[in-house]
Amino acid sequence: MAEPLLRVEKLVRRFGGITATDNVSLDVAAGELHAIIGPNGAGKTTLISQLTGHLEPHSGSVSLGGRDITYLPAYRRCALGLARSFQITSLLPDFTAADNVALAAQAHAGHSFRFFANARKEKGLRDAAHAALDRVGLLHRADVLVSRLSHGERRQIELAVALASKPKLLLLDEPMAGLGVTESQRMVQLLQELRKEVSIVLVEHDMPAVFALADRISVLVYGRVIASGDPAAIRANDDVKRAYLGDQHVVTHHV
Amino acid sequence: MKAFTVSKAVTALMLAGLVLLPLYSQLSGNIFILTLFTRVVILALAAASLNLMMGYGGMMSFGHAAYLGIGGYAVGMLAQEGIGSGFIQFPVALAASALYALVIGALSLRTRGVYFIMITLAFAQMAYYVASGLARYGGDDGLTVYKRSDFSGLINLGNRTQFYYLCLACLFGVVFLIWRIVNSRFGLVVQGLRSNEQRMQAIGFPAKRYQLVCFVISGMMCGLAGALLANNTDFISPAVMYWTRSGDLMVMVILGGMGTLFGPVMGAVVYLLLEEFLSQLTEYWALIMGPLLLLIVLFGRGGIMGLLGRLNRG
Repeated sequence: MAEPLLRVEKLVRRFGGITATDNVSLDVAAGELHAIIGPNGAGKTTLISQLTGHLEPHSGSVSLGGRDITYLPAYRRCALGLARSFQITSLLPDFTAADNVALAAQAHAGHSFRFFANARKEKGLRDAAHAALDRVGLLHRADVLVSRLSHGERRQIELAVALASKPKLLLLDEPMAGLGVTESQRMVQLLQELRKEVSIVLVEHDMPAVFALADRISVLVYGRVIASGDPAAIRANDDVKRAYLGDQHVVTHHV
Repeated sequence: MKAFTVSKAVTALMLAGLVLLPLYSQLSGNIFILTLFTRVVILALAAASLNLMMGYGGMMSFGHAAYLGIGGYAVGMLAQEGIGSGFIQFPVALAASALYALVIGALSLRTRGVYFIMITLAFAQMAYYVASGLARYGGDDGLTVYKRSDFSGLINLGNRTQFYYLCLACLFGVVFLIWRIVNSRFGLVVQGLRSNEQRMQAIGFPAKRYQLVCFVISGMMCGLAGALLANNTDFISPAVMYWTRSGDLMVMVILGGMGTLFGPVMGAVVYLLLEEFLSQLTEYWALIMGPLLLLIVLFGRGGIMGLLGRLNRG
């Protein structure tokens, strides 16, 4: 196998006496959809934050495409092709959907120390925004303020924003959080489409979705990766069953 | 978007009034009103500059009056040293404001929220005390500017009408610039940072760099107002930098409507006219002014512009 797209090596992050990320190592190959699951408090969000640069690890390293990014600030990682969505929707509420997405495109189209020309009339940026909105099926809502969109629509905009930066790797922190059944199904469909174009790290609680989508799954418990492998192997793994899946009968029944 | 709205109509009326004011003053022989409105226009310029930072950038600067002082002292000190040319005084005023903004901004932007307000206030108070200590330039008592900036025949600042129109042109120029800026790439980034800084970092914008540039632009615009103010009063003293003056500017912005293009101009006009009118009625004018402002802020969210906007819908 070639150099993995994302390589995490022996990452450690402590909060006081608690080790939230305990010697985590994992590789994500180009083109792979790698899911990270684990019970509440397993340290999934802490791990994601270290990948995106919102939190610094105490030791270990993160590299993207062979380049060490362990201590790069968030905006630099983004320039290298790492995009994220937030677990709790985090958009610009007083901007329209198109503005939100166009800003992401703008961040990757040269510097923004341009003071005079109307940015909303830059065709390249608008086209990119509309393309990304179309991708998530929200083109018809382009000119609506984000604060007036439904929760489900905002989750989709999150994805459009991430896509507009044309990332190599997409980090999705619980994209299904708070979605209804039909909305979840739409999101799974969408992710099925996107995985053909971009590598994805997916942190998600929705087990049927994870097992339907993932090429590989890493299971995080108390900050440690206790198992990593394809969905069938994870489903068969005794440690995983005991630590995590035992109380989720839905998974053991789901084939 | 509707072509005609109440707020647009009121704004147009106000602007027309400002343009035609010297004519009225001439015809009625009321010279005082021109002097008053020159001050109004200059402070409207200062309020507009603060609005760029506070309204669009979400950075609550409580030390904006410092730039009035810096711009003013640049003119006063150079005049004192025998350099009377406006072509030197005004660029120096702008450069000094930019430099101050760059240093103060770089330090202040390490903090957020209340701390940002307090640190900008603290730096402005420092500037105030530094000015008070300038014995050569009048110290506490201030400095008389014996000769207004000289633009070698291009425009005569000694002429009331010409000076008024210079101030008005500066105001319109600055508002035009702000209008272009807030719709530019830069403006969208700054407004995005106001809305959600973490998100903007995550999509790849280095927040502080953009905020600092906004801080500097805003400071330079206010420095221009300071240079005009010193010419208007023929005098500059530390008092223009006092924190209450920064508070006045904030009130003008909030009164008129934060984050609206003409709100601060409207706020300055209303605030200063009210002050003038009420102080003629009674010595205790602040007792009326205070509750009045409170009412507008409490019930007219979005200031006067917000109120006018609702009229339109209602």
